[in-house]
Amino acid sequence: MGRIGRIARRSFLIGSVAVAGGVAFGTWRYRTPYANPLHEGLPTGAAALTPYVLIESGNITLITPRADKGQGAYSAQAALIAEELDVTLEQIRVDPGPPSRAYWNTALSEMVADFTAPGDGLINSAAHGTLDAMMKFAGMQITGGSTTVADSFTKLRAAGASARETLKAAAAERHGVPRDRLSTGEGAVVLPDGTRIPYTDLAAQAARIEPVQDVPLRAPSEWRLIGKPMQRIDIIAKSTGTLTYGIDREVPGMAHATVLLNPAQGGARHGFDASEARAMRGVKAVLPVTGGVAVVADNTWRAIQAARRVQAEWGEAAFPPTMEAHWQTLSDAFTEDRIDSRKRDDGNVADRLQNNGIIEAEYRAPYLAHAPLEPISAIVQVNDGGAEVWTGTQIPRFVQGNVADIAGIPFEAVTVHAEYIGGSFGHRLEDEIVRRATEVAVQLPGTPIKLTYSREEDMSHEFTRQIAMARLRGSVRDGQVDTLDLGIAMPSVIASQMGRQDQPVPGPDSEIVAGAWDQPFAVPNQRVTGYRAPELAPISSWRSVGASTNGFFYNAALDELIHAAGADPMEERLRLCDDPLARKVLEAVAEMSAWDGTAPGDGRGRGVALTYSFGVPCAEVIEVTGTGRGISIDKVWVAAEVGLVVDPINFRNLVQGGVIFGLGHAMNCEITYTDGVADQNNFHAYEGMRLRQCPEISVRGLENGDKIRGIGEPPVPPAAPALAAAIFAVTGTRLREMPFSRQVAFA
Amino acid sequence: MRLTVNGTLHEVDVEERMPLLWVLRDELGITGPKYGCGIAQCGACTVHVDGEAMRSCQLPVADVWGDVTTIEGLGTPDAPHPVQAAWIEHQVAQCGYCQSGQIMAAAAFLARTPDPTDTDIDDALSGNLCRCGTYPRIRDAVRDAAERLRGG
Repeated sequence: MGRIGRIARRSFLIGSVAVAGGVAFGTWRYRTPYANPLHEGLPTGAAALTPYVLIESGNITLITPRADKGQGAYSAQAALIAEELDVTLEQIRVDPGPPSRAYWNTALSEMVADFTAPGDGLINSAAHGTLDAMMKFAGMQITGGSTTVADSFTKLRAAGASARETLKAAAAERHGVPRDRLSTGEGAVVLPDGTRIPYTDLAAQAARIEPVQDVPLRAPSEWRLIGKPMQRIDIIAKSTGTLTYGIDREVPGMAHATVLLNPAQGGARHGFDASEARAMRGVKAVLPVTGGVAVVADNTWRAIQAARRVQAEWGEAAFPPTMEAHWQTLSDAFTEDRIDSRKRDDGNVADRLQNNGIIEAEYRAPYLAHAPLEPISAIVQVNDGGAEVWTGTQIPRFVQGNVADIAGIPFEAVTVHAEYIGGSFGHRLEDEIVRRATEVAVQLPGTPIKLTYSREEDMSHEFTRQIAMARLRGSVRDGQVDTLDLGIAMPSVIASQMGRQDQPVPGPDSEIVAGAWDQPFAVPNQRVTGYRAPELAPISSWRSVGASTNGFFYNAALDELIHAAGADPMEERLRLCDDPLARKVLEAVAEMSAWDGTAPGDGRGRGVALTYSFGVPCAEVIEVTGTGRGISIDKVWVAAEVGLVVDPINFRNLVQGGVIFGLGHAMNCEITYTDGVADQNNFHAYEGMRLRQCPEISVRGLENGDKIRGIGEPPVPPAAPALAAAIFAVTGTRLREMPFSRQVAFA
Repeated sequence: MRLTVNGTLHEVDVEERMPLLWVLRDELGITGPKYGCGIAQCGACTVHVDGEAMRSCQLPVADVWGDVTTIEGLGTPDAPHPVQAAWIEHQVAQCGYCQSGQIMAAAAFLARTPDPTDTDIDDALSGNLCRCGTYPRIRDAVRDAAERLRGG
């Protein structure tokens, strides 16, 4: 890792090959494509054929700029390049590459623009133009929004194809054979007589010729890798303890540091007394950092022990001291002047709700920690007007900028080495740890500072999932759902998150209603209103973001109305469904679970939910049993429409993982604050799902749509409402507040 | 203090109460065992002491009574232990951070319980937390590994 970064800093021959620009930027076109960052400091004899392929003597490196947090992003990106480049995955190495605008996430920006700009009748904003400028400025090399595959699918295959044809052109030139008489396979150009010329032998020549651009991509019938079961490139290392994660990285001369932060999230640190800590074995320094104190030692454990002995005076958190006050703030936000968006307003809701028989309900979703199993860490070294950073991050360009600001050095003087990440779920979209490590590193110039948070510091200072509340008013008529009026109140997750990057976010926050306003159910009178609550605890994107709360609210509300109508939850959803792709997903789970509308008996109950999020309709049927020890979650059937399943194994794994993630948090997780201090700081108090609680999960991927979509997030939102519905079927208790362990026990 | 890890004798100069995990990671550079919680709740730090699965984050180094085996000593990429081979075959890992501990817990469990029931597996491995949700494949891989170890 970081090799490309080192190449980029050396000054060798600059290659002549341009970016495969037209394809890379698709419909989001700018006058000038960004320069290929691999050209800077390329060694002699090496060819950077596109920003994604680097060929040197002996090595083929594929650049996989989207972060791998465990979702298999490196493997998926490598496979897309390899499909057209004609290399095997055993022949190549992957490298996340340097942070660069060339690796901009087009799919994410298109998604944000698509989901943000149109249809906002209440607040007139120039969101589109502002977002456009903001994204270009930031060079959005972001991993998020389940966009890696969608963003990469054409770009990376085009990069592989361009590189392949350029290598063929080099071989054609060398051997005097027309390019169209050459073939390729397993990392070599094959001459008509069968002679194989390894790509690595052609690199120097390929770098001198004009790249072959606009190469037609292969038809699906020719694919060797896409759609077939793959072995992840990291699976052997991850099964033998030999993968180096960020927390495992060692840099020569490095010191181990940890922090003691104000227990009240975001509060100031005033004075501190570190005399006891400084006297402890192995402690090298105790230094101030924003909101706390850092202890630098020769061993992480010694640093953690010493940090606990630091006495400090703390300021207060900037949000209410009790959870009652947080909920009251949301409750008070359901007012006209706090309306953020009303993207759906069908039929005549106001008139319909004049009648009798209005069904009303209120729902709640708590703050949640991302809590990936690898605690956050970062190594930062500052010296001689430059800085080097080793960390797992989904936002390498922001990291680069923030380190530069803190160290007072130019942006270009910061090198970021992207590390393997032991889970994220959105946690690595934040970079506070890198900033704090930089604050320490500038106080100890020359020494690489490896800052590791203890689990307690990490969990209790998370930028959590938004807290949210929803209110339903609805009615039924003739055995059908007639009116659904859903209001959702939450603080703006995007404003909170982007605010920490000094990025203004104009206009409504579509996450406040994502997963609710955009659902494929044609209830005749239907209105979804987003209410923007004031900022409370700082919040951030948590796997599936707005839909993580709203998928529960919408499905739970729909279920209450369907029940009142006396209809079947599956049949009524199918009747209301006005999207052909979503309908097929519902039909798939109905078939998989043999849903026939009858109760399964023997203390068992079933629920169904569908959420359309990130362009993916995903439906889940869950079956539970009421046991003497509590609710046992037995079976889950899941279907999702993604256009194309790139790797059926990884697809199944991500879906199963998403379901378990959604269920575990719905069962028993919440972060609550008392006087600004998180009440949960480790896994004894924030357990999630354990192996013995894990249901059987059957997965089906549908490929009816014409757009390829990612699957990291969409399985999360339907899990909680399907579970709540199944529990209702068994117990008759409507669960309107997560976590459900507040009301029911789980076996 | 003397410590045998994966067959190699090490001399370490550390506090007696330093948890074995941090001796391995920060003193000996053996990073297969992971820090996840520090309070024996997640199992990512699981190693074997004399063949017994132990949470190294809660085991003071002075209390280590026998030879230590970490994931690196169980098998290697070229010669994986049958449990590791099953983990590779079933592509259990997502982020993979918990898997060192899962594999070490499974290896010790299967050494004791060569023909486990599904309930045995659930009971034995429910102390190892996986945040990515790889549990369905952990179950499959443990069953497969049991067969491999029985010579199946």
